[in-house]
Parts: sequence; structure tokens; C-alpha cells
Amino acid sequence: MTKLLEWLFGVSLVVAVWALVSFDLLDLNLPQAYREVAWPMPLYLLVSFGCYSLATVGYRVATFNDCEEAAKELLEQIKEAKEDLRKKGLKI
Amino acid sequence: MFCGSFYVVGLKWIHVAMASRKTSHQNRDSGDKYSVLLPTYNERENLPLIVWLLVKYFAESGYNYEVIVIDDGSPDGTLEVAEQLQKIYGEDKILLRPRVKKLGLGTAYIHGMKHATGNFIIIMDADLSHHPKFIPEFIEKQKEGNYDLVSGTRYRGGGGVYGWDLRRKLISRGANFLTQVLLRPGASDLTGSFRLYKKKVLESLVEQCVSKGYVFQMEMIVRARQLNYTVGEVPISFVDRVYGESKLGGNEIVSFVKGLLTLFATT
Repeated sequence: MTKLLEWLFGVSLVVAVWALVSFDLLDLNLPQAYREVAWPMPLYLLVSFGCYSLATVGYRVATFNDCEEAAKELLEQIKEAKEDLRKKGLKI
Repeated sequence: MFCGSFYVVGLKWIHVAMASRKTSHQNRDSGDKYSVLLPTYNERENLPLIVWLLVKYFAESGYNYEVIVIDDGSPDGTLEVAEQLQKIYGEDKILLRPRVKKLGLGTAYIHGMKHATGNFIIIMDADLSHHPKFIPEFIEKQKEGNYDLVSGTRYRGGGGVYGWDLRRKLISRGANFLTQVLLRPGASDLTGSFRLYKKKVLESLVEQCVSKGYVFQMEMIVRARQLNYTVGEVPISFVDRVYGESKLGGNEIVSFVKGLLTLFATT
């Protein structure tokens, strides 16, 4: 199954359960409280996911390692390499 | 008393030095050989430097290796520099597999692998953004878990990037987050191109992958997971463009999203 199909399947399942509870499709006569909680769930879930995404990406950007030492080390090694290569006969 | 402690330190130093030399010997005799594929286009300045670094770190660690330069007809004379390097380091260590024009990464790998004598393939960029010092770490990681492929990651552990501004970091992390949500790939850095593969694994993957650019690297990992290959990770530092600035434009972002959605729908 492709990821797309997995998502469609998952979403359909969630929508089915939501519709079932919110609109009492099977005439289960669930208590009003269940229906009141279930009805706005999709929106709540979407908004929560949105906030989670923003927080996660924000955190990851803020803690993205800046490899200053790696850059310095590289510049030094470049000098060393150029010297050594010149000695070995490289002509640029 | 003072001299006594120098003596002990001296003995310890000799012991450590001899131990590391012994390990380097063992590495040479282990029977594994690592072929480094270097696709190049206009890398006249960087090629000697990357080769020098590769030789340095392979010599120090003792692993058996060869470097395969796949130049796509660079107009700046990259091939000529590669030939000089061949004279300096030997034709058994520096192999040249040039092509007439720029033909794409997947075919470059296939072309390079045809005459590779190693049982492992290392792919990396030739522009000094990937540092050969991580290669012994890749090798050790691979041996640790007998991984089919080891991927260098900028996003986990001590991994990171030098030379990116806030915008670039935001795009990078945002794109990676989207990829993780949609594809759940089991690897933290999908667009990275600093990797170690078992040769057979790379051969089977390259045949199947059809995308281009960033997405090609993503597809390789996604397909590897599909085929139940094991993936190990090693944090790496990515030093972007020692000379000058690299840009990430709207075109690349669009083609990335297209590629991601295609993978989402087809894998």
C-alpha cells in the first residue's frame, strides 16, 4: 500500500467514526456529552497538529547546529593540502 | 619520582600508538574495499583538495580504497587536474571514468560502479561540503550493525551545517518535517548525499530510482526501506560553499514538493 493510500484509509476511518458519533448514524442514542465532544474534534486535531508542527520546526531551527569549528578546520586543512600538493608537483 | 611519571606516560603513549597502528593493519587486511564515487562538474579547484583529504583519512585508518572521478565534460579542465592527481597518487587509487556531458547523478553512479573493485561504495559531493573525516565513522557504523547503508545526517546528534542563514535553515527543517510526516522513512536526513552503501544494495536501488536531484537521494532511502534494507546513521557536519554562497531558489523548492508528492503517491 502506498503512503497515500494509507493516509486515505486512516482519514476515512477517522471520519467514519466521527460521523457515526456526531450524527448518531447507527441510532445508538449515545449521551449528548459524547456528541458534543466528538463534533469539533476534527478541527481540534487539525489545529493541534498545526501547533505541534510549528513548535517542532521552530525548535529544530533554533537548535540547528552551526558547525563553526568544522569550517575553521576545513580552511586550515585546505591550506595544508595546497602546500602538500604543490610539493608533490600539482600545477593549477 | 617526577621522572618516573614521565616514564609511565611514555610507556602508555607507546602502547596507544602501537595499538592504533595494529588496528590500521587489521583494517587493511580485513578484505573490505571502499570505492568512493566522485561525480564532478567544474570542480577544478576542489577536486585536488577533496582527494588529498580522502587519501589522508584512508591512509590514517588503513582501510583499502579507491577514488573514482566521474567528470561530466567539465569545461574548466577538471579532468586535466584529475589526471595530475592520478600521477601523484597512482592509477590504482585514482580512477577516471569521464563522460562527455552532464548526464545526471543516477547514471553517474551506475557508470562509476561498473569498474569499481570495492565491495562498498561511498557517495559524496566533491565540493568540500562533505568531509572525508567522517568516512571511518561510516565504516565503523556499518560494521557495527552490518547495515546495508549508512547515511550521514545533518539533523541528529552532533550533526549540523555551517554557512546557512535563517531562511535556509527554516526551509530545510520545514521540508524535512513534511517529508517525515508524509513518508515516515525511518531516517532523519533524506536529502543528504553523503552515504556508504554495500555495492550490491546500491546497484539494486539505482536501477529502481527514477527521480532527479534532491528527490533522487530521497527515493533511494525510501526504496531501501521498502526492500527491507537496514539503514544506519552517522551525524555529519555539512560546510556549505567554502568559496561563495549557495542559493536555494523557488524552482528547487517547487521540484522538491513535486518529487515528494510523487513519492508519497507511488511508494
